[in-house]
Amino acid sequence: MTTPLLKVENLRIALAGDGVTYDAVENVSFEIGRGEAFGLVGESGCGKSITALSVMGLLRRPLSLAGGRVILDGKEIQNVSAAEMRRLRGKRIAMIFQEPMTALNPLSPVGRQIAEMFVLHQGANWNEAMDRAEDALRQVRVPSPERRIKDYPHQLSGGMRQRVMIAIALACGPDLLVADEPTTALDVTVQAEIIDLMAELCAAKGTAVLMISHDLGLVANMCQRVAVMYAGRIVESQVADAIFAAPTHPYTQGLIDSLPRLGERARRGRQKLREISGVVPSIANYPAGCRFNPRCPAVTEVCRSVVPEATPLPAEGVVRCHHHG
Amino acid sequence: MAESLLSLDGLAVHFKVGNALAGGIKTLKAVDGVTLDVKPGECLGLVGESGCGKSTLALAIMGLLPPTRGTIGIDGHQISGSTPPDRMKMARTVQMVFQDPYASLNPRQTVRRTLADPLRLHGITDKAEVETRVIDMMAKVGLRPEQADRYPHEFSGGQRQRIGIARALILKPKLVLCDEPVSALDVSIRAQIINLLLELKDDMGLAYIMISHDLGVVEHVSDRVAVMYLGRIVEQGGWQEIFENPRHPYTRALIAAIPDPFHRAAISADAKARGEIASALNPPPGCHFNPRCPLRADICTAEYPAFGEVSPGHRAACHFRDRVS
Repeated sequence: MTTPLLKVENLRIALAGDGVTYDAVENVSFEIGRGEAFGLVGESGCGKSITALSVMGLLRRPLSLAGGRVILDGKEIQNVSAAEMRRLRGKRIAMIFQEPMTALNPLSPVGRQIAEMFVLHQGANWNEAMDRAEDALRQVRVPSPERRIKDYPHQLSGGMRQRVMIAIALACGPDLLVADEPTTALDVTVQAEIIDLMAELCAAKGTAVLMISHDLGLVANMCQRVAVMYAGRIVESQVADAIFAAPTHPYTQGLIDSLPRLGERARRGRQKLREISGVVPSIANYPAGCRFNPRCPAVTEVCRSVVPEATPLPAEGVVRCHHHG
Repeated sequence: MAESLLSLDGLAVHFKVGNALAGGIKTLKAVDGVTLDVKPGECLGLVGESGCGKSTLALAIMGLLPPTRGTIGIDGHQISGSTPPDRMKMARTVQMVFQDPYASLNPRQTVRRTLADPLRLHGITDKAEVETRVIDMMAKVGLRPEQADRYPHEFSGGQRQRIGIARALILKPKLVLCDEPVSALDVSIRAQIINLLLELKDDMGLAYIMISHDLGVVEHVSDRVAVMYLGRIVEQGGWQEIFENPRHPYTRALIAAIPDPFHRAAISADAKARGEIASALNPPPGCHFNPRCPLRADICTAEYPAFGEVSPGHRAACHFRDRVS
């Protein structure tokens, strides 16, 4: 078996609050193979974005890495120096954020922001780098790139800005692209285009993707494998197609059943949507045992006291539920 | 045929934008000739991307923006540019539920005050009656009586949206405009609110205009659907017609853009739209959708298509509406 490109092992992220420390992320483990697209799905506050930030070495106070390992291509990177991490970021691992307007520098033309990648990481001179920036814009299908390289971010639409972000992220041909809700701020038809573009470019360059989203459907379409997070833990991870066909964790089942599905009403008439009762717990009040237990339809005594172990699934993947099998 | 509760006739809302000294004043046609009606007890789904004018349309119906042209008829009242609405009277007929339950409630008012104020403003001053109606309304939206003296910050997002719904319904309106009522909520909470809205609709005989970009939600709740693009309705029809036999390429693109793994390949990839929504300040000549349209022909850049009938009740503004998909 070849070594995975990225291996995250028992990741623990601490959140420092008023004199108390909470575990914002606990025992999160996953692997991403070379060229593979892996999705991390969950609701706001479940810890998916900070998991991505920890891979990038971008956790800042009050968040800190409290345990676990992040291994890129066989090398532990969770404790490397700031200077070395800077060299890795952009070159080996790159990131796209949700809101391109706040992620781009508003005072710098977009061509320059792309060209900077070639200058910093590949030692190119600025003239050469600007030519390559134009090519990069062409690759992400920005129309008339020769004019657009001189534009500032505010002169571009949301979709165009996200294309610029993708151009910057993929400029140096990274091994891993971390995409945190890359299309949430965009309109649905634009979202579809951006996802297609990302998938196509990453496949062409052999770039692996860690995709973070709250949209299970989006992730399942783009990724080969998916992990579902709830309240700081991975509750289930599976092959993308399998997660819809046979979700095993009650939370995953609830999520899939609770959303109105296109075409369902025509097939079966309007059914009342299955609700997940209760609310997402806040980090200060995570319940003992399985954190989904107060909302779970299958809850029993053991769920309230014992944290479920990760149980391997018959095909591929794991589930953390006492009542599986 | 039932009398319409709401009828819009050629409604247009234009804004003057820009500066006479720098670049000149332009007209932004946010809503440009919309004709539609809503019958009592009916749910009309209104779909479109950001900037298409759906929120401007909602504000005009609420009487918060004066029409530039055309008229709005609500339950016997007529609003036009020259006859401003009587907001007090209208409040008893039309109410609105907003997208963001964090921003749309007054943080300094308890639930009781939020619900009682509209009653008092409308002349219900008997303390016992106010109290009964507040507590009844709270029960209807699933809040407990002892929660009446709490402030918005003490509630979760889903509960806040319940308060927002209670406030909209306390005056027993006939029409409720729901502007993206679940898109700010956690995914696992959405089903609760959608079920609640449908229950209340049957219970109180309400008509809804459901504004949403989530086609799954729109299909689930709507009786009829209208699709907006750059200020105009481009397709309108019964929910089943719109979702199973969409005739406008934009409607087809919207449906194709949904990342629904259960619905994959139902509509082919060539239905996808290219590029992005044009600026309403400078819409393309002819059909507004033509730069993005897979079916574009010469006629599409020359003239705006008629809003022609496909079948009774189903209309589409496309030169090729009769070309079956």
